[in-house]
Amino acid sequence: MRNLKISALALISFISLTSCSNDDDAVFVNEEEVITTLTATFTPAVGGETVTLTSRDLDGDGPDAPVLTVSGDFVTGTTYSGTVSFLNETESPAENISEEVYEEGDEHQIFFQQSGLGTFTYADTDVNGNPIGLSFNYQAADAATTGALTITLRHEPNKAAEGVADGDITNAAGSTDATATFQVAIVTP
Amino acid sequence: MKFHQLLLPLLLAVSWSTQAQYTLSGTVQTPKGIPLDGAHIHSNMLHSVSTPDGYYEINAIPKGEQRVVISYIGYTTLDTVIDFRNTIVLNATLQPHAAQLQEVVLTENNTVSQNTVHEQRLKTETIEKYSSATLGDALKEISGVYALKTGTTIVKPIINGLHSSRVPVISNNVRLEDQQWGTEHAPNLDINSAGRISVIKGANALQYGGDAIGGLVLVEPMKVLKDTLFGKTILTGNSNGHGGNIATSLHRGNEKGWAWNANGSFKYMGDREAPDYVISNTGNREANFSGDAKYIGSGYDISGFYSFYNADIGIAKATHIGNTTDLVNAINNQQPSIIEPFTHTISAPRQEIQHHLAKLDYNKKLSDNASLNLQYAFQLNRRKEFDLRRGEYKDVPALDLTLVTHSAQANWKKYLGDVTLKSGASFSLQNNDASPDTGISPLIPNYTKTDVGAYGIASYSFSDSFSGEAGLRYDFTNISANKYYKKSRWSNLGYDGVFDHFITGEQGSQWLTKPKFTYHNVSASLGVRKRLSNNLELLGNAGLAMRNPNPSELFSDGLHHSNGTIELGDLGLKKEQAVKLSATLLKSGDVFTFEATPFINRIHNFIYLQPTAAETTIRGSFPVYNYKQTDALLTGIDLNTHWKPLQNLQHTFGFAYVRGTNTVTDEPIIDMPPLNINNTVRYTIPKWHDLFVELRNETVFTQSRYPNYNFYTDVPQDGELISTLVDVSTPPKGYSLLHFTSGVQFALGKMQTAVNLSVYNIFNTTYRDYLNRQRLYTDEAGRNIQLQIKFTY
Repeated sequence: MRNLKISALALISFISLTSCSNDDDAVFVNEEEVITTLTATFTPAVGGETVTLTSRDLDGDGPDAPVLTVSGDFVTGTTYSGTVSFLNETESPAENISEEVYEEGDEHQIFFQQSGLGTFTYADTDVNGNPIGLSFNYQAADAATTGALTITLRHEPNKAAEGVADGDITNAAGSTDATATFQVAIVTP
Repeated sequence: MKFHQLLLPLLLAVSWSTQAQYTLSGTVQTPKGIPLDGAHIHSNMLHSVSTPDGYYEINAIPKGEQRVVISYIGYTTLDTVIDFRNTIVLNATLQPHAAQLQEVVLTENNTVSQNTVHEQRLKTETIEKYSSATLGDALKEISGVYALKTGTTIVKPIINGLHSSRVPVISNNVRLEDQQWGTEHAPNLDINSAGRISVIKGANALQYGGDAIGGLVLVEPMKVLKDTLFGKTILTGNSNGHGGNIATSLHRGNEKGWAWNANGSFKYMGDREAPDYVISNTGNREANFSGDAKYIGSGYDISGFYSFYNADIGIAKATHIGNTTDLVNAINNQQPSIIEPFTHTISAPRQEIQHHLAKLDYNKKLSDNASLNLQYAFQLNRRKEFDLRRGEYKDVPALDLTLVTHSAQANWKKYLGDVTLKSGASFSLQNNDASPDTGISPLIPNYTKTDVGAYGIASYSFSDSFSGEAGLRYDFTNISANKYYKKSRWSNLGYDGVFDHFITGEQGSQWLTKPKFTYHNVSASLGVRKRLSNNLELLGNAGLAMRNPNPSELFSDGLHHSNGTIELGDLGLKKEQAVKLSATLLKSGDVFTFEATPFINRIHNFIYLQPTAAETTIRGSFPVYNYKQTDALLTGIDLNTHWKPLQNLQHTFGFAYVRGTNTVTDEPIIDMPPLNINNTVRYTIPKWHDLFVELRNETVFTQSRYPNYNFYTDVPQDGELISTLVDVSTPPKGYSLLHFTSGVQFALGKMQTAVNLSVYNIFNTTYRDYLNRQRLYTDEAGRNIQLQIKFTY
């Protein structure tokens, strides 16, 4: 008799607890934090063609590699004013991540890694007076050359570490939010 | 008859030798077979107290006729003389005082146990020593048990080279469920709630499931079966991590009527320190509670149990790498990329885990030799993993899983003279809910799992020196999941045309799928136990076990943020089938005892996680780890010895070796524990407040048998992309550590007090462990000085 009562009790609690469980259907997650597209735009200070570098990875962390495009060549000795922008194109309309990067400028920095392509200088600062890199200036090398330009957005870098504020990524640590390496050319006009 | 057998050597006692020393052991129980905890056993100046399961042991008894007294309040004292010419097993049954029966039943256990599975148990002292650490740390003291770690606080046991869902942890007869045991999901259990912890190596415990290919960890709460109220409080302070732990418990025991237990513990630790730097963000805190209430009637008992585990665990920041470039830098630099000053603060990445376990249990004595157990258990596991995230997602977890498990089981047991029969059935229903609020596709999807199982085990004593056990179990499992796959991933994994029937919908660039799997498993075990001579026993076991791929092996898909790897499951995985043969040779003795357990485990469709390549995304390239399947052969041996060259001196030796081979490719298996050897020397001076001094050496050799899963990736260097080797395969060098422990006991008013001082890693040795998932990024923690005070009242 007692046995029966206990079984009944167990059964009731079992059923009541089971019935609380959620519906099983998966909910579609639109990954809003994802950066799919990195675009660097170089506008010459005086005349000439704007150069645009784009890395687009529409499946985010999926297996498809990003597609890289370089709109044209740089011109020797030319000064460019540049901007870097980040988009999430899995959404429609695309979400502009650059604004978020700017708002949290103290937690982000963009690095330009290259050798012999010229000089990059930061043209913006965060609340602490450290560079962010969404705006920058680029002075192309005086001689024609080709090379790789790697643009990297670091999250939570140590901007106080040696060389970091000057654009050296070596001691920056933090984690990479977006990065792309473009093969570019500098040609004589 | 048995009594006369005992008297015979007593009468025949003739020769004396002053050097020889013997061990007296056995159990103390009531006439109803209930073990008596805390019974006092003494022989001259030597004494011992029985453990909660009634077991006691007195060592170093001189040869010859010695008086042995076993007493317990409320029971008639057993007072006898035994002639010690050998190791004696004395199982005593004490009669209640109030009862009319004043006689004492005394039996010497001459027959070999029907239990053909050798259980290795952690001593209470060891459990208490690890009060501020984890279950996995404590289990390492058993040879053949290694630890798989993610940092310092996430520790899971590896038994004979196998871990995770191959080694179920059974807490109070309930299998702990936790998101199906990814490698960084440690058992959600507070070691302080355990009264007894034992390990079964091999798949021979069919009543707990048929899938324990590696072995089982059994954790049982304290059982007090006498009319008493007592408590214990342990305070632990650690220098490394600048924190500690308080664990307190109260126990109300009763042989009839109400009995209860209550345990609470609180841990608070800051960053751990390696010899050369702080391992930033490795603090942890825990607040745990467990308790039960039991009503013991005549012929039945009913109990309710509840436990709550609540942990906040920091993951070393240096392991939060951005991409393969960072991984290459971490490997080449041999120094964490982030070293910050010491802090108690835990920031992202971190894990927040809550685990509730509630259980109702009913035991009924059906007749003098048959009993029935009914049990229902409910588990709720909430796991949140927080990452370094941007903007509005800063405080939103990257992974948010809720796992609900209901389980019910019935077990029946009957003794029929030489035969013991056990059988039972179990049912469980599990539901995982992955919150979409994370804004990240969940690594483990929503799923529902149903298990139904039934088993039968028969044990038989062929003779006084030979017994056998055979068991059979059947399990049915159904898993049905609900998950979005990126179309590009679906094609990349080769699912097009193979698993199209799982697709039920489409949204943008993703497929909605409802994979369903059904498994029928049969597991079996066969064991024998033979006494070869007076103090030599041989146990032999053969087990067939089957394990279904778990949801993380089937469905994992995406970036594992806390270690920057893309983890990919495989819908095509088949169930694992293992045949394990093992033998245990047990030698008991007065001065020297040993146990040796060689084993061979052949696993068909062995599932493992293999680094395969790097995959490029806009965040850079990431190492990809795929779940793969092969045939494996694991062989090895575990060895333990205890040697007492002098009355106060004891040496303990543990040796464990496992060799894992992928029999398809003839390569070693990844992540196998290296050869490890432990030596402990302990010196006791009973008259100085039971002072003991112990030195323990832990030596782990370099794992030379590993598969080469290194890969190349492009890393920007001086403006060029250079193809660079990512060495994720080479194991770190072996190491040897020395630990020291010392303690005394004394009475403080009415309280029994014990003070222990331990120094772990005395020489502050710098090392990395092959089976630490964070070994590529940081060293292991260095020296730790621990002070522990225990009050019993």
